Amino acid sequence: MAKKVEFMMGNYAVAEGALYAGCKFFGGYPITPSTEIAERMAERLPQVGGRFIQMEDEIAAMASVIGASIAGAKALTATSGPGFSLKQENIGYAMLCEIPCVIVDVMRGGPSTGMPTGPSQSDIMQAKWGTHGDHPVIAVTPASVQEQFDETVRAFNLAEKYRCPVFILTDSIIGQMMEQLVIPEPGELEVIERPMPDCKPEEYLPFDMDKDFVPLAPFGSGYRYHITGLHHASDGFPTNDPVLHTKNTVRLIERLNKNYDDIVKVEEFMTDDAEVLVFAIGVTARSAKHAVVEARNQGIKAGLVRPLTIWPFPEKHLEKLLSKNTVKGIVVPEMNLGQMTFEVQRVAKGRCGVEGLYSLMLDPILPGEILEKIRRFV
Amino acid sequence: MAYDYAKYLRKGKLPHIWCAGCTYGIVLKSLIRAIDSLQWDKNDVAIVSGIGCASRLPGYVDFNTLHTTHGRSIAFATGVKLANPNLKVLAMGGDGDMTAIGGNHFIHACRRNIDMTVFVFNNNIYGMTGAQYSPTTPKGAWATTSPYGMSENNFTITDLAIGAGATFVARTTAYHVAHCEKTMKEAFQHKGLSVVEIINACPTGFGRKNKFKTPTSMLLWMKDSAVNVEKAKNMSQEELAGKFTIGVLHKIEKPEYIETYDATVGLKK
Ligand SMILES: Cc1ncc(C[n+]2csc(CCOP(=O)(O)OP(=O)(O)O)c2C)c(N)n1
Ligand code: SF4
Repeated sequence: MAKKVEFMMGNYAVAEGALYAGCKFFGGYPITPSTEIAERMAERLPQVGGRFIQMEDEIAAMASVIGASIAGAKALTATSGPGFSLKQENIGYAMLCEIPCVIVDVMRGGPSTGMPTGPSQSDIMQAKWGTHGDHPVIAVTPASVQEQFDETVRAFNLAEKYRCPVFILTDSIIGQMMEQLVIPEPGELEVIERPMPDCKPEEYLPFDMDKDFVPLAPFGSGYRYHITGLHHASDGFPTNDPVLHTKNTVRLIERLNKNYDDIVKVEEFMTDDAEVLVFAIGVTARSAKHAVVEARNQGIKAGLVRPLTIWPFPEKHLEKLLSKNTVKGIVVPEMNLGQMTFEVQRVAKGRCGVEGLYSLMLDPILPGEILEKIRRFV
Repeated sequence: MAYDYAKYLRKGKLPHIWCAGCTYGIVLKSLIRAIDSLQWDKNDVAIVSGIGCASRLPGYVDFNTLHTTHGRSIAFATGVKLANPNLKVLAMGGDGDMTAIGGNHFIHACRRNIDMTVFVFNNNIYGMTGAQYSPTTPKGAWATTSPYGMSENNFTITDLAIGAGATFVARTTAYHVAHCEKTMKEAFQHKGLSVVEIINACPTGFGRKNKFKTPTSMLLWMKDSAVNVEKAKNMSQEELAGKFTIGVLHKIEKPEYIETYDATVGLKK
């Protein structure tokens, strides 16, 4: 049978990916340039037996998503910079309470209301540190309309598998461009469903600190328990014990660290013998690929490292390339003033040059600009 | 008559954190009796709260319980209800939680008319953070952040709810325990959003510095100031001065949100 191929907007592809993954709830608040995700979900969710609601603000939207997930639904919200900021307190709640859900941030220029229609990559650190406290973060970074779909499915899977919120960090260029989307057949992409606990309800420990993973029993399923945003013991009830608080926080962080290989996805292009690497995500990575091809045409051994997961930071991947001691320099183009560059420098530990290429100019960084930076290392 | 509260309490989580003389314990018992009288299955009940002394209540009762962020209980509850309309959902919190930080969610919940219940535990003060003024602190009253007396105007929660479109609005007090239980029960049985303001006493934060020397004096104030709405109809403005009404203040029928949504979008259930 011929594949279903569509010419689709990136934001719509997120919505379609969510539905493919079994999403049954969307709570949102409109904000450019993410709004088309909400609009598509408003239209499509009822067709698959799900519900959409436009809440009164982003705080409420995030809260409703957590509530829906606790009641058993795979849930999505989508926003941009200022809305992402408003969601942060409840995102922290979802982190601590291990609530699977997916949050799309279509990045726009900031701070504040900033550049509503301007693309940007300036929420990389907000995604990591936006809410208070120590906690791990998963953030995926699609770079095409097809990846908007595929990575959304993966984001839902990661959310269920690791029982945590997962971010999709994208930008208004990828979100609002139209490209070809090949819609996979049902069953073609893996879809992870939420498991139910198999113990007796009275034995259920929803936050068992001695286990990596405990299924989240939906409210109403006969497993009655308590959830609180206070630090809690294995049974979910508040505790002030700093030892337990430490143990649980470390457990959550380690849960992701231990599964780096499953979570962190990186596309490497011509990196085998590369002397100069370009490290880029999203729309910038598309320009970077052109720059690498052009550099190769000119006899420069350049390669591209393109993370599809930016958090956890792809340090193992970088480490592997840097340990060969053949890399002279890394170029990090990004549409902010150096958020990702700092991380690359942290991993490089001075073993090679690291040069950022920053832009707040609202246009994609061009291949020529990246090539120029590559040349400086040869 | 002896009543088996134990069936609904998480005994291992007691004693509770509330101060001696706090009325939240009394209201908790009314809540248990109201739910018991409806014979609801514990598995079908979800109680969602925000942050504050009042919001600690769900931790003590054996239902599906969700203690969320400050002011956000109604928004969390909305998600819970939409994902599983079979659940009987109660969102509850203090006056600060519900009408200050949560004010936006409160008015929009009234407007939407989702089939759930909202309790506002009104003690006229922020208890948990140590007696700062709330949107319901009366003019002139002392609070740590109004050491010269409250200068802001205050909300009348029930008027706010009616204005925002709530279809069931009632007021009761912690003193009137039988009335409290009955009002809660009626609210639970209402189809659509029901709001119950429950007048409570925070002797530690409010009473001590506002001429209520003892917890008992606060209960006596409730007893003396509350007038049943039916009785109030035959009373003059002068007679009602300084008093407040209790009972069902507003009850109308309007289409319920989820039913309307499902019908509008063609969702087959
Ligand atoms: C975002 C946020 N802001 C402030 C607080 C601090 N805080 C905790 S409880 C509370 C007010 C509690 O008052 P109320 O809601 O009236 O409940 P009560 O304690 O009187 O029952 C405040 C301001 C918080 N926890 N979170
Ligand atoms: S501070 Fe006030 S509201 Fe809080 S428990 Fe004590 S008496 Fe009750």
